[in-house]
Amino acid sequence: MSGHDHDHHHHHDHDHSELSETELRVRALETVLTEKGYVDPAALDLLIETYEKKVGPRNGARVVAKAWADPAYRARLIKDATPAITELGFAGRQGEHIVALENTPTRHNMVVCTLCSCYPWPVLGLPPVWYKSAPYRSRAVADPRGVLADFGVRLPKDTDIRVWDSTAEIRYLVLPMRPPGTEGWSEDKLADLVTRDSMIGTGLPRRPEDFK
Amino acid sequence: MSGEQDFGGQDLGGTHGHGQVKPEANEPVFHADWEKRAFALTLAMARPAGWNIDMSRFARENRPSGEYLSMSYYQLWFAALETMLKERDLVSDDEIVVGHALRPPKLVKRVLSPDDVLKVLHRGGPTERDTSTKAAFKPGDTVRARTIDPPTHTRLPRYVRGRQGTIERVIGCHVFPDSNANGAGENPQWLYTVRFDGRELWGAGGDPTVTVSIDAWEPYLEPA
Repeated sequence: MSGHDHDHHHHHDHDHSELSETELRVRALETVLTEKGYVDPAALDLLIETYEKKVGPRNGARVVAKAWADPAYRARLIKDATPAITELGFAGRQGEHIVALENTPTRHNMVVCTLCSCYPWPVLGLPPVWYKSAPYRSRAVADPRGVLADFGVRLPKDTDIRVWDSTAEIRYLVLPMRPPGTEGWSEDKLADLVTRDSMIGTGLPRRPEDFK
Repeated sequence: MSGEQDFGGQDLGGTHGHGQVKPEANEPVFHADWEKRAFALTLAMARPAGWNIDMSRFARENRPSGEYLSMSYYQLWFAALETMLKERDLVSDDEIVVGHALRPPKLVKRVLSPDDVLKVLHRGGPTERDTSTKAAFKPGDTVRARTIDPPTHTRLPRYVRGRQGTIERVIGCHVFPDSNANGAGENPQWLYTVRFDGRELWGAGGDPTVTVSIDAWEPYLEPA
């Protein structure tokens, strides 16, 4: 991490030079591992495509929308989320043991991993940078209302804030409250209201009036 | 004992001076091509190279705190990947420098094929294990997080050590990272969700509506 490629990148800053060096080193390592037969580049491409294109917060939004629309499904999800989520085809790595956390008018749940960046991949995809960053990991447990304010969320002063630090292999999915004015909506339409942040607990779902 | 360790920057809960949370609008899944490759290489090499998730977490955090905090998430992943590959003599630094294999490959366990990718991801790595032991605690029990300072990998955050909380849920018997990260075996232990009052953690003047839970293995806890 020492090179400064000023000849070619004099308009770039220090970080960009470092990143190019990292980029070269990653490429070199991949070549070595491929030449040794330890990795198949086609498998790498498929891993990347899976998490870039297929696995993401739309999965979680489908789970939440179904729980809003179907009381029996909601009951299964609250009782044991992992099989309930598998019913919709979402399962596996970093979601082997999922727990759904139900928000209510008096209780708001918020999820963090202070020690690294544990996150329920099958339903939310890979975590955003802020979730992995020192500001969120340090403050979510000590000042959750301050963190919510960073996201523009203000809750009533007497709402219980329950923070969940994912220190083991249990992954948490927040089940936000269904917005009023959505009676009779289809699951597809409800899913459009469900944001990634509302399933982490740093946001609230969209409201029907947000679309008008 | 704790003087021996030269890492700990990952244990961020309740520390100060890191600034505001800054969400990025319309954030892409990856911010550069090398991040994608570092991510995929780490996932693909786990089985052939024979490391587990606790070893890879420890490889990421095992560096001086200043270094840890100055590196991006995928820089940490990539640094850990290099470390773990070198520790197992699967690659060497001179090979990375020239960008070619200079020595014949070692025999490794099954290489990840494209046909196996979705199967392997779907299977994941469940950590619950059968046990004949009985859980020492039950929901509602008052416990204290032990005041311990392990010199190696642990998942007991510093901000709860010595603090009193309540068992909220008995999760099951799970692989114990403090052993698994060191190659000392899975050593499964009972795992609990323990909830702490915010004022127990941050002082009597704190927000009375805040509670914080961790998931704690039995060796982290004592009756209170």
